[in-house]
Amino acid sequence: MVAYVLRRIGSTILVMVLVSLLVFLLLRLAPGDPAAVLAGDNASAEQIATLRRLLGLDDPLPVQFLSWLWAVAQGNLGASLYSAEPVTLLMSQRAEATLSLALATLTVAVPLAIVMGVTAAHRAGTGTDRVLMLFAVAGFSLPAFVVGYLLVYLLAIQAGVLPVQGYQPIAEGIGGWAAHLVLPAITLGLIYTALIARITRATMLETLSEDFIRTARAKGLPMRRVLLVHALRNAGVPIVTVIGIGVALLIGGVVVTETVFNIPGVGRLVVDAIARRDYPVIQGVILVCSGIYVLLNLLTDLSYTLIDPRIRY
Amino acid sequence: MTEPVLSVRGLTTSFRADAFSPWSTVVRDLSFDIGAGETLAIVGESGSGKSVTSLSVMRLLAERTSRIEGSAKLEGSELLALPEAKMRKVRGSAISMIFQEPMTSLNPMMTIGSQVAEVMRCHLGLSAAEAKAEAIRLFEKVRIPNAKDRYDTHPHKLSGGQRQRVMIAMALAARPKLLIADEPTTALDVTIQGQILDLIKDLQVETGMAVLFITHDMGVVAEVSDRTLVMLRGDKVEEGSTADIFARGKHPYTRALLSAVPRLGSMAGRLNPATFGLIDMTTGEATPERALPAAADAPPVLEVKNLCTRFEVRGGLFARVTGAVHAVEDVSFDLRPGETLSLVGESGCGKSTTGRSILRLTHPRAGDIRVDGAAMHALDGKALREARRAIQMVFQDPFASLNPRVSVGTAIAEPFIEQGLGTQAEAREKAGQLLERVGLSAKVMNRLPHEFSGGQRQRICIARALMLDPKIIVADESVSALDVSIKAQVCNLLMDLQESLGLSYLFISHDMAVVERVSHRVAVMYMGEIVEIGPRPAIFERPQHAYTQKLIAAVPVPDPARRVLRRKQDIEEIKSPFRPKDFQPPKREWREVGAGHFVQT
Repeated sequence: MVAYVLRRIGSTILVMVLVSLLVFLLLRLAPGDPAAVLAGDNASAEQIATLRRLLGLDDPLPVQFLSWLWAVAQGNLGASLYSAEPVTLLMSQRAEATLSLALATLTVAVPLAIVMGVTAAHRAGTGTDRVLMLFAVAGFSLPAFVVGYLLVYLLAIQAGVLPVQGYQPIAEGIGGWAAHLVLPAITLGLIYTALIARITRATMLETLSEDFIRTARAKGLPMRRVLLVHALRNAGVPIVTVIGIGVALLIGGVVVTETVFNIPGVGRLVVDAIARRDYPVIQGVILVCSGIYVLLNLLTDLSYTLIDPRIRY
Repeated sequence: MTEPVLSVRGLTTSFRADAFSPWSTVVRDLSFDIGAGETLAIVGESGSGKSVTSLSVMRLLAERTSRIEGSAKLEGSELLALPEAKMRKVRGSAISMIFQEPMTSLNPMMTIGSQVAEVMRCHLGLSAAEAKAEAIRLFEKVRIPNAKDRYDTHPHKLSGGQRQRVMIAMALAARPKLLIADEPTTALDVTIQGQILDLIKDLQVETGMAVLFITHDMGVVAEVSDRTLVMLRGDKVEEGSTADIFARGKHPYTRALLSAVPRLGSMAGRLNPATFGLIDMTTGEATPERALPAAADAPPVLEVKNLCTRFEVRGGLFARVTGAVHAVEDVSFDLRPGETLSLVGESGCGKSTTGRSILRLTHPRAGDIRVDGAAMHALDGKALREARRAIQMVFQDPFASLNPRVSVGTAIAEPFIEQGLGTQAEAREKAGQLLERVGLSAKVMNRLPHEFSGGQRQRICIARALMLDPKIIVADESVSALDVSIKAQVCNLLMDLQESLGLSYLFISHDMAVVERVSHRVAVMYMGEIVEIGPRPAIFERPQHAYTQKLIAAVPVPDPARRVLRRKQDIEEIKSPFRPKDFQPPKREWREVGAGHFVQT
């Protein structure tokens, strides 16, 4: 187990170096010059050239990459070309909003999706099953911005029960914080709920046809216990895998949702940075996100051992 | 007479695919009684409705797609009319069940202790501590060694036999009046089967419960049951005391079933294999058995010398090799033209790996394999593929070994075309001839596998193996998954083909009674090694190695007089052939006890 974790962390570092190399190259190959953006519309070619030299953009690419990597290894993600503020500071300022949104989405979506999936599998073929799966298909098909604006129109503008947009830090009161998160979390959680519910239904259906479920029923156990104790845990590995993959989707979804609801989170930070070709910010955010993702993957794999006693690393 | 424990009258069960399809009846108007302390065996082949009968009584069939009519009374109270909540209280307490597949019938995620304890918590209202103590007592009762330490073990750490013991402990937990045992020993090795049958018999004497025993195996029936009920395609064809059924079965189907049962010892005094005598199921017409010729006195077509196959086990930070499973260890034998050599032994003894290693489907670590004198072990790539023409394989599971989306004609023709032996048209013509040869019609070429029964599919697999005109066929448990009457027919087909085509068979099987019928010679494998090899009559009549003797003694004999006997064998499971990295296999000595009969000392 320890050996496995160490091997995995070793490969994680390798993956992250590769990811940062790809991002680094992609940004440099894409058209657009940060110096030109920074210098403004009226700058002369000479001014832009000076700026490029000051920013270190004249160095050969390998030198730029290695010096950035060296700084990263020391915990320094660099500073924004635009505001000169450190990338770590920019990210930590925005982290609360993004984490709040992600966690709110997960705490609602995961339990709801599992209950939906288990119910649909137990009642497979009935009206209940069809209604639940119709909802799941709808959740897949509707883009976040459509649902988002629709919810804003109905619940915020027409009914006036929830704020239209923006974010309120938790320090300014739990009520306001929660009220601001309801609509974005529903918007973001919809596709996520649909995905987990469908996988839960499919794996539960498979598990329910297993011999040991027949054994459990022949023992005279209550259906609730058969479903939640005997079947759900056996269906757990694929469900947890999808939840893990879903977190990656969440990272992408956060960007759109934050834009729709005008939430000052990491998603907005990276959208703004891309518009300005703010290389260090983009690189920093992607590196941290991929780090989180790889780490979550490791945690997902390790969680298998908690679910299934046959899995040992 | 006192009231029976279970009284079934006019039980009729039907299924439908969905709410819009018509009902099709799979059990018709079935009636029987079981008294306390009595064992009733329901015998029949796949599709006879024997398992459906037990699931109907337990009401475990899906409500939306099944319909149960008639009556099933447990000590006078009607089960079929009980509301689901009350029925649930009957399941696992008054009536409990054990199933065929011990490997899949336990929940892999829960400890065996908690799976037994939950029955008592649910039905007897015991506290967690009481249930645990009681579960450990039950484990001791079903003779699980170190019961106390095993409480927190997960099922995957137990062998099949031990898992079935856990299932039995679970079934007995709430002291049932009726135990339904649905093929409880079919999936087990023969020595383990004997132990489990003895255990069920002992526990029945102790508790006085009634047992409904469902099986296809007449040998098992004779060992366990007081009365026997024979089912055919949903109907009861005959019922009576087991002794009566065996001695004076009236219905042709009963007699067909009995005649098809391979009986250990029926070949005594005969030198060569013989086909099964068969009785037609409907007319009762008999086809007598027929003796086969001896193997040709020619140089061997297959020579295997010092074959070793090991599977490495890795561990640690750098995934170094820590040891190996010695699946096949220093195995040597030869096979002559027209000869059947059987490899027998229990699960995990390495018999299948030996077969696969010879075809190089698994890479042997060392050893010489010569087919017609040509070295198979030294070949690679194209040459290896060509060499494989001479050896073909027929596998155990006829359902899994045919691609469900490929027509049988294409499946049979494929090896011929892939090997570049002729055109599509030639391949199809040959496939058609082979289908006729294995007892099917050339007209079925365009059908898909699911349109055939298990026995027919196995015939198709045999036709596919014959497509390349092989000299040797490795039959890896090829008849094990088939019903008794079908098993006899497929064995007869294999023997007919041997006679007409001069084929040699490496017949891999755990079924001693079938082996006795079909083999010229027998090799007994134990923990990856051949412990005894020799002519079939010598092995069966004068077994020398302790393991061979044990294997033969464990086979159930279809003779109701043995009902009261017990084997009194030690409870032990096959040991693991895992060895540490620096393990040196001991040098084995052989002793010749008769002509061509060798025993490991």
